[in-house]
Amino acid sequence: MLKIAVLGGRATVMGFKALGLDVYPVETDEKARETFKRLTRNDDEYAIIYVEESYYKCLSQEIDKFKDRPTPAVILIPGREGPLGFGQSALKAAVERAVGSDIL
Amino acid sequence: MPSTAITPTRMVLNQQKARLRTASRGHKLLKDKRDELMRQFMDVVRKNRELRSRVEEGLTEAFSALTVASAVMSPEMLEQAILYPRQTVRLDMNLKNVMSVNVPVFEFETKTADTGDIFPYGFAQTSGELDDALSALSRVFEDMLELAQVEKQMQLMAEEIEKTRRRVNALEYVMIPQCEENIKYITMKLEENDRSSKVRMMKVKDMVLEKAHNYSV
Repeated sequence: MLKIAVLGGRATVMGFKALGLDVYPVETDEKARETFKRLTRNDDEYAIIYVEESYYKCLSQEIDKFKDRPTPAVILIPGREGPLGFGQSALKAAVERAVGSDIL
Repeated sequence: MPSTAITPTRMVLNQQKARLRTASRGHKLLKDKRDELMRQFMDVVRKNRELRSRVEEGLTEAFSALTVASAVMSPEMLEQAILYPRQTVRLDMNLKNVMSVNVPVFEFETKTADTGDIFPYGFAQTSGELDDALSALSRVFEDMLELAQVEKQMQLMAEEIEKTRRRVNALEYVMIPQCEENIKYITMKLEENDRSSKVRMMKVKDMVLEKAHNYSV
């Protein structure tokens, strides 16, 4: 059985706990990186990792490693402050990669 | 300019011709693959965009409800209320082959199917806002799972399209012109050899005739 992880600020991930997901509250960028590495260490343990958008900046290098692999799917979700636009830009980046230019 | 490593012989000519045939066939097939991938990719992108905006909207709504709940209740109470979740999610993953790209397909099953049954606490000590927040969250969760699947599919397809596009371009602009160039070079060279040997023969014939009959042209 596969698991779903949620990584983000305490206030963001708290709600997902009630839905039965594995939540990993982090406070600092350092901690976020460490936790993300730990989550991805065992192959196929987590099929989906939801990451709060505000941690995307410090994790982008790590996240990009998993772009070409079927698992895990790293998905950015907005935090408490609302969408920051990183999720949309990931979509744009994929289109740019495939088409060669931004056509959206 | 043909590459210098090529020897102008009939055998190499045949080899180059076979290579050109394979390359053009591969080029045509890859081009078709790229076009079809692109078509499907655009569908996926459209779906992804729609899902993402829905998820972002839903989450914003859920979080604002949660903020209200945490304002009404003390943080300890809130933490305690959702400490032991009642709901669990079973997730299974299969790989589906879409145009030679292996994309994950998630299947999930929640322990309690009833959305009214997800609250892991008694209603006596918690506020109604928390209930709202959690039910909003569980509503958006289904979309979130689909988003994960679609977004992963999009990323994997983007990679495959990039690869295919490069291959098509390499064949179209490097491999095929090079082969054609080589074939042209070899045919020219062979014809040239033919002509020079013909001239040599004629010259020899003249010399032999002259020697035999003192005959000159």
